[in-house]
Amino acid sequence: MMVTDGLIEGIRQGRIPVLARAISLVENGRDGYERLLSALHPLVGRAHRVGITGPPGGGKSTLIERLVQVYRERDITVAVVAVDPTSPFSGGALLGDRIRMDSLTLDPGVYIRSMASRGAHGGLATTTREVCDVLDAFGFERIIIETVGVGQSELAIAGSADTTALVLVPESGDGVQVLKAGVMEIADLYLVNKADRPGADRLVQEVEVMLGIRRGNALRHVGPHHGPATTGSGKREAEDVSEWSPPVLTSVAVSGEGVTELVEAFDAHYEHLEQSGELERLRREGLARHTRDVVDRALSNLVWQEGDGAEILAEKLDDLASGRVSPYKIAHDIVAHLQEAPE
Amino acid sequence: MVKKADRPIRVLVGKPGLDGHDRGAKVVAAALRDAGMEVIYTGLHQTPEMIATAAVQEDVDVVGLSILSGAHMTLFPRVRDLLSEAGRSDVLVIGGGIIPAEDIERLEGKGIAKLFGPGTASQEIVEYITSWAESRGE
Ligand SMILES: Nc1nc2c(ncn2[C@@H]2O[C@H](COP(=O)(O)OP(=O)(O)O)[C@@H](O)[C@H]2O)c(=O)[nH]1
Ligand SMILES: [Mg+2]
Repeated sequence: MMVTDGLIEGIRQGRIPVLARAISLVENGRDGYERLLSALHPLVGRAHRVGITGPPGGGKSTLIERLVQVYRERDITVAVVAVDPTSPFSGGALLGDRIRMDSLTLDPGVYIRSMASRGAHGGLATTTREVCDVLDAFGFERIIIETVGVGQSELAIAGSADTTALVLVPESGDGVQVLKAGVMEIADLYLVNKADRPGADRLVQEVEVMLGIRRGNALRHVGPHHGPATTGSGKREAEDVSEWSPPVLTSVAVSGEGVTELVEAFDAHYEHLEQSGELERLRREGLARHTRDVVDRALSNLVWQEGDGAEILAEKLDDLASGRVSPYKIAHDIVAHLQEAPE
Repeated sequence: MVKKADRPIRVLVGKPGLDGHDRGAKVVAAALRDAGMEVIYTGLHQTPEMIATAAVQEDVDVVGLSILSGAHMTLFPRVRDLLSEAGRSDVLVIGGGIIPAEDIERLEGKGIAKLFGPGTASQEIVEYITSWAESRGE
């Protein structure tokens, strides 16, 4: 029997230690991991995946503990994947998100996994998706993905969720900066956390104005108060109901204020996705993208791990450095060699 | 095959018991990270149940416990037993703190692989874990 058969069986039986093992196998790209994912694939697609991103120290982990508490009161099972950066110097990582989620540890309906961003074999976004697929197949009803920061790769991860929330805080001062950097495109929901701190109201307004400007109407999003400020005047009648207007919410994660509203906004977004047909479209797109990523990873393996790419490059390195040959010529040779290779 | 450098060693660093000092644990956690390990730090006031549960969920190779409060004779073996009950008797359990010599011997008899006294250089702990991982044949 192959290792993966035992893992698949254990996952079907709902055994957490086996789940944890399976996730490691996938994360490390060990022998059999694609076979495992392939076998689990028919079970994937039932969970609502929520990505939460934002600056370090913004209160994401604290917020997630509260969120999960609300889900658990409703008897919904939840998995949390908390991604933190790998140190580029040592390759190690200090993963501290669990500190803020203490109260969830002993709840059998909750599974928390800390992940370093290393992404050695084929990109962090791809691996994170695959880890979430395993959790989905296991049967968790919600999967929350925490990523830090607002760089391209964090956004790609958060953006692969069904619902993406961007957490902003008054003190970081980079609120609107962040929005300009293109995060706008992926967030379905904005949350100003640490609303107990000065400057929160102003940040909410700034975000609302930014959202309005992007949609060509500076005032459309500005409601009389915060909360999903999308209700309102008769002027919006003409608007397509299938369109989602990202709400700007506020919270105080340390006290739990605003967290129920956040859960409701997540549910509302998911309902919107389902009813508008957007969920179906997103998932089709996601599957196509993922398939391409898996092909890219396989090709890269073929060239650099199984094939002679590394040797050809090493051989030509002197010529390359002295300028006798260009990187393009060598790349061409490597690819040509791959095409010649016998089956 | 030139397979990429093997996966990093995963270590959970936890602090069972009631005392509120985790400076030492944090220093060790940072040293392990700097040695290329993935360290899951779970913070203060962890019960043995919390530590074992987190270790299983995180699929760690090593659990490092730091205790100052004197409850080491019950806490360490309890974590060890809970891990074994969960099918993870393969996890290396090590500890640090102020532990009398005769207790060290008894704990090592109960499957706590190694105990480091106060003032142990972090590097010594790094080396211990690294050579354990190598001997395990990964
Ligand atoms: N004042 C205040 N502090 C908060 C709030 N939410 C989180 N914090 C604190 O912010 C710090 C960072 O929180 P953490 O959840 O680790 O942030 P993360 O890095 O985004 O995951 C912690 O000290 C929290 O207690 C909040 O709403 N108000
Ligand atoms: Mg965090």
